Amino acid sequence: MQINGAQMVIEALIAEGVDTVFGYPGGAIMNVYDEIYKQDDFQHILTRHEQAAVHAAEGYSKASGKVGVAMITSGPGFTNAVTGLADAYMDSIPLVVISGQVPMSLIGTDAFQEIDAVGISRSCTKHNYLVTDAKDLPRVLKEAFYIASSGRPGPVHIDIPKDVTAQIAEFDYSIELELETYKPHTKGNPRQIKKAMEAIAKAKRPLFYLGGGIINANAAYEVRDLVHRTGIPAVETFMARGTLSHDDELLISMLGMHGSYAANMAMSETDLVIGLGARFDDRVTGKISEFAKNAAVIHVDIDPASISKLINADYPIVGDVKNVVNEMLGLCEQVKSEKYASWRETVKHFDELHPLTYHEDTDRLKPQWVIERVGELLGDDANISTDVGQHQMWTAQFYPFSRPRQFISSGGLGTMGFGFPAAMGVKAASPEKISINFTGDGSILMNCQELMTAVEKKLPVINIILNNNYLGMVRQWQTLFYDKRHSETDLSVQPDFVKLSEAFGGIGYRVTTKEEFDAALKDAVEKNIVAFIDVVVERLENVMPMVPSGGSLFNMMLLEKKEK
Amino acid sequence: MEASERRVISVIVVNEASVLSRITDLFSGRGYNITSLTVAPIPESKYSRLTIVTSGSVRIIEQITKQLHKLIPVLKVYEHADLVEKEMALIKFPVSENIADINTLCEAYNGKIVNVGDNVIIAMVADEPKRVENFLKIITRYNPKEIVRSGAVALER
Ligand SMILES: Cc1ncc(C[n+]2csc(CCOP(=O)(O)OP(=O)(O)O)c2C)c(N)n1
Ligand SMILES: [Mg+2]
Repeated sequence: MQINGAQMVIEALIAEGVDTVFGYPGGAIMNVYDEIYKQDDFQHILTRHEQAAVHAAEGYSKASGKVGVAMITSGPGFTNAVTGLADAYMDSIPLVVISGQVPMSLIGTDAFQEIDAVGISRSCTKHNYLVTDAKDLPRVLKEAFYIASSGRPGPVHIDIPKDVTAQIAEFDYSIELELETYKPHTKGNPRQIKKAMEAIAKAKRPLFYLGGGIINANAAYEVRDLVHRTGIPAVETFMARGTLSHDDELLISMLGMHGSYAANMAMSETDLVIGLGARFDDRVTGKISEFAKNAAVIHVDIDPASISKLINADYPIVGDVKNVVNEMLGLCEQVKSEKYASWRETVKHFDELHPLTYHEDTDRLKPQWVIERVGELLGDDANISTDVGQHQMWTAQFYPFSRPRQFISSGGLGTMGFGFPAAMGVKAASPEKISINFTGDGSILMNCQELMTAVEKKLPVINIILNNNYLGMVRQWQTLFYDKRHSETDLSVQPDFVKLSEAFGGIGYRVTTKEEFDAALKDAVEKNIVAFIDVVVERLENVMPMVPSGGSLFNMMLLEKKEK
Repeated sequence: MEASERRVISVIVVNEASVLSRITDLFSGRGYNITSLTVAPIPESKYSRLTIVTSGSVRIIEQITKQLHKLIPVLKVYEHADLVEKEMALIKFPVSENIADINTLCEAYNGKIVNVGDNVIIAMVADEPKRVENFLKIITRYNPKEIVRSGAVALER
């Protein structure tokens, strides 16, 4: 059929089964917004900032497993969205982000609201397009969804000049894609897989090292199977939280800079690392030359560029982790769980020596208590987003995650301001769950305008502000490594968070005791509108254990022991 | 610092507008310099072939190569070990220099004088990049006014 470029965008979104688009209109994208007005196949959620639109699309994608879609205008609309693109790129989140551009005839003339959008997004997207003719649009849109969601997922950006959205051309979405140069490996090499399984059977102290790729590949339940059938203990990265359930006997905990003592020691003592969908990030490995020093490495990853990037893999397996784990399950017979009994004991001993815990030794609430308490009260009924800082690390350490896609956080880029809009996207994707955002007094101000979106679109996110009156994580580093010079991190001057929420039509609570916290959470869940719970917590609490930047995993700063 | 090594990489890419910047971004993003870069379409196909000469740590270049593979419009990447490499240079001399000498030298480097004008002559050589370099050193005594090098092209043996 012959339709204009704007109509093509709508038709493609419908054909891709998109039910929610997050966005913000402006001059260059108006033709598309005019078509959005005329349709009712999908809902459009108007955020109050373009960055929030992209983060919401990320949250939506992470919770649902589908491609998230955001739409923005040229110039400042696009530049506002760049942080979201970079965030999605770092965390391998499949997005299609569509921006308007000035008309073709004005490109390169410093026209009003013109910016070289594809030039900017090139380094923070999996792929991008500047569409110069409407006849290319069906192919470009179809490719974009395919590229975003296949292989190692990531964001794809499409920039469409205004005149192209008005141009009429043939639209046929049933075309076959011819991507000769893009063919992601999905099946792992069977010979390598066999060798890897033999190595596992021979190892004395093997260790599963589970990464976020497992969640992206929807492989968590297969991985659970493999862990249980082999009886090999496992550590999770920050991005993999929820792969194993928190109460799984074989789950040690999270490893890395703020990983548990047991997880980091297990990694230092293992003789075989079984890496599944993990990329040996510097926040995980600490000093690279000391990382799992005596171990051979199996590395399963969809992205060949991730393999042997930082740590040499003895058994590299390029493939979709779900396929590979299924193959491994078929070869599991030779692996005897009893063999690792004493290794499991060793790990348990590590955990008894320095368990992941905290002390309630001050008058103020401890942030860790708040997180544990939400876990007790809501557990599996909640999806958990976070912002960035100490509260984020405590959430990863102390929330009892029980399923994949329950934990949504900005890992790779560490974007303050991510949590609230992401939690809105999570709520839009799974309305049956309570959407919690653990945030900080610093981070929440970086997208608090989204209160308006949440009120208007009835996205009742409960923002729990762990308020320490500090940019806490930076303050912690200043305390530990800069001789307590707390340069520009004191947030004593603050808004009234209760009134702030109320000003937008949300609800607010300020709490200082356990009883008040329980009551506020209960009330917020019942009222079912967007909420700020401003929790006054201990100001100078540090996230422990901690591997100082560049140090070895086994050299941790630990929580001080207290006499009982 | 890891040892720096000269490397030649060939990349086969789909002929499209943004492909060159996608590739060079991978180098510049790491502060890596490209020594030379040549691009031309491959006959009767929708592909072009790039030859990139760079130098840097082996590990980083390996990383760049892997990331080149990942770019959507990239079909193939060759990191050459055993190759035939050629480069061309054009040199402009004042016509007053000893043309016979220059011509003899050019011949030793697979070249010749390709143009003679009123004031200048233009010579051409085509040889291994190292030899071209050598040639350019030798001819400084004939007061070359302008030199242009094509950058290397390479094929695996
Ligand atoms: C956009 C952005 N700017 C700066 C930083 C650096 N940074 C990391 S954590 C942090 C402090 C966050 O403070 P808050 O939200 O109050 O959380 P807390 O650490 O106190 O729990 C800062 C400034 C960042 N991650 N993101
Ligand atoms: Mg804070």
